[in-house]
Amino acid sequence: MSHPTRDELNARAVAKLAEIGDAGASLKPKERMAIPSQDMPAQDPDVRRNNTSEVATGYTEAQALLEAQRCLRCKNQPCVQGCPVAINIRDFVTAIADGDFQSAVNTIKQTSLLPAICGRVCPQETQCQAECTLGKSLKDPMQSVAIGRLERFVADWERERGTISVPEVKPATGKKVGVIGSGPAGLVVAADVRREGHEVTVFEAFHKFGGVMLYGIPEFRLPKEIVRREVETLKAMGVNLVPNFVVGRTRKLMDLLEKDGFDALFVGTGAGLPNFMNIEGENLVGVFSANEYLTRANLMRAYEKGRAATPIAHSRKVAVLGGGNVAMDAARTALRLGAEEVHLIYRRTEKEMPARVEEVEHAKEEGVQFHMLQNAKRILGDEHGLVTSIECLRYELGEPDASGRRRPVEVKGSEFEFEVDTVIVAIGNTSNPLIKQTTPGLETTKWGTLVADDNGQTTIPRVFAGGDIVLGAATVILAMGQGRRAAASINQLLAGE
Amino acid sequence: MMAQTPTILEKRQLSENVFCLRVSAPLIARERKAGQFILLSIDGEFGERIPLTIADADAEAGSITLIFQRVGMTTAKLASLNVGDTLAVLVGPLGQPTHIENVGTVVCVGGGIGVAPLYPIVQALKAAGNYVVTIIGARNKELMILEDEMRAQSDELIVCTDDGSYGRKALVTQPLKEVCERAEKPALAVAIGPPIMMKFCAETTRPYAVHTVVSLNTIMVDGTGMCGGCRVTVGGESKFVCVDGPEFDGHQVDFDGMMKRLQAYRNQERQAMTDHENHACNLDQAYRAATETK
Repeated sequence: MSHPTRDELNARAVAKLAEIGDAGASLKPKERMAIPSQDMPAQDPDVRRNNTSEVATGYTEAQALLEAQRCLRCKNQPCVQGCPVAINIRDFVTAIADGDFQSAVNTIKQTSLLPAICGRVCPQETQCQAECTLGKSLKDPMQSVAIGRLERFVADWERERGTISVPEVKPATGKKVGVIGSGPAGLVVAADVRREGHEVTVFEAFHKFGGVMLYGIPEFRLPKEIVRREVETLKAMGVNLVPNFVVGRTRKLMDLLEKDGFDALFVGTGAGLPNFMNIEGENLVGVFSANEYLTRANLMRAYEKGRAATPIAHSRKVAVLGGGNVAMDAARTALRLGAEEVHLIYRRTEKEMPARVEEVEHAKEEGVQFHMLQNAKRILGDEHGLVTSIECLRYELGEPDASGRRRPVEVKGSEFEFEVDTVIVAIGNTSNPLIKQTTPGLETTKWGTLVADDNGQTTIPRVFAGGDIVLGAATVILAMGQGRRAAASINQLLAGE
Repeated sequence: MMAQTPTILEKRQLSENVFCLRVSAPLIARERKAGQFILLSIDGEFGERIPLTIADADAEAGSITLIFQRVGMTTAKLASLNVGDTLAVLVGPLGQPTHIENVGTVVCVGGGIGVAPLYPIVQALKAAGNYVVTIIGARNKELMILEDEMRAQSDELIVCTDDGSYGRKALVTQPLKEVCERAEKPALAVAIGPPIMMKFCAETTRPYAVHTVVSLNTIMVDGTGMCGGCRVTVGGESKFVCVDGPEFDGHQVDFDGMMKRLQAYRNQERQAMTDHENHACNLDQAYRAATETK
């Protein structure tokens, strides 16, 4: 499959724009529907599987202008209802069509703080783009207005021009707020609370800030420079950033509140405890959680052979278990680290896969081999404890389960074995137990997530929580949405004192 | 509250490959309890994070003591640092503290570098009112560490070496067996050292049904439960050493599986050490060449 290059895609868009000319603002819905949806320019699969640079290179200006013209500008704006933070999508897309990119960014930033990140990693096809009237009219959700790509385009446009403004900070209130964890939820809370003039300190267990956006999501999907810029903006706003600090261990949560003078705390420690399958052979050498594999590769930079001190498996044949974004990230990282074969094993079908459609497509293009309706039964090893093969079972889909997805049922006697030297388990995470273990009175659900109401209030006064520690494993945008609500609660609490 | 750069305040070489560093870390010194560990990295960009047990701490002075053996590239680099040098990463205290209570008589066994993490546990058990019998062992006299410190904290101290060059010529399991056979059978054994030593200590105490705690030092990345690289099988279940441990019931630990996992990066580690040594060698040669021409 050959892909049109960025230049070719741009040339087509330029030609089409010329055809439209000045009529852009007055196009009829039928004419807008006839504009071809703009493909995302991407590195060639054969090239990119050997590098760590970003795969999707972003719309050109002409593509963005043209894609924005496809928006039907519906009065009822169904897309906004599909957005977890209710970005004013119609207005920002219209601003792009008008060529007013700054206004588009400003519109997005009224409700979302991390557009360059969300434009890249949001599962748009199940959110805003799932509701898009254009996609529905064309009977193909993949034909919806490419809202995420447009969001990314204007966010990148602003960053590349160097015009990102540091949000204004109100005069000091003398109140102190601690933010635990520097992932998407924590960063958003830090920004929103700091804007009100409160002193904000972010505590991060790792030596770098960004949480899952740094250790989990690979460079080829979310360049770390973008995360670093967001952190720089917080610094410029006067937020204190403390690395290598594990709340619960370096200092107890309640000590921060009772002894160190913090007026409120936000817990955004994420879903950092990997699930395993609990099958035979899972503790063999060569079996990794996706967290470990990705952390070694991303945060510890193991892909930079010769520079990084942190080792990573030199894999030849890899099996990745799971069907989410993390599974795709692990599979594609394994390819980039030199694996000859990467097999992705998922017990349902591609339709049920929780991964973003674009990541699935990209993984396939790069050569990841998909094995649907299969699941690992056990992992086999040699006398040194090294993985030698994996035994799988075939599955078929039965009745829908509680999640509405059809439950996979194993086919008895369908076992088969194939050779691998590495197995990466990417079947989700449960909540990190550290803060709960060390904070009496902080209640959790039976899944280990923190109990918090719609405002992020936990069972301890002045302690708020959001993101994956409350949601279980979810997305960047949902974490951000929770962070914004918790920040509003904190600001309200402190304003009343 | 704010991060301070951890700085080396004192450095001692205890034997050919064992070093002792006192590092400024006021927050860790204040919070740490016996049995806990830290993670450190020398280079914040490309460095490797390694776990080390806290051998001692001084909350007043705001410092912790780390004792480590030069075995891999990171420990080799750590051994080459000097007073005044800083660490890019020092995080902790991590892991569950040792459960300390007065149970009567306890026997504490330390082998090789394992004597260092055992020291704060002996201190705490003694302070809690236990009668503490301590057994420390090493391959030879040269490798024996913390003898005086242990003697000061123990009711009895038994010293042995594999080659008989100092103290009793015995493996630590021999005096351990004798202590278990005493009329006053110990209520608790704590064994810390190389995995193979801990395994045989657990086998030694098993017939006497003496509850035996071991402290595991596995491969870790984050130390907070996030990566799961440190997992071991304990009583048939996977446990994370960083958050569930580092101490476990020695009679339940799958030591063979753990030892295999510890070898996971052996080849890469060897290569890294060779590269590191060649590099040092080259530097040495370059230096000599430069000075000789003068």
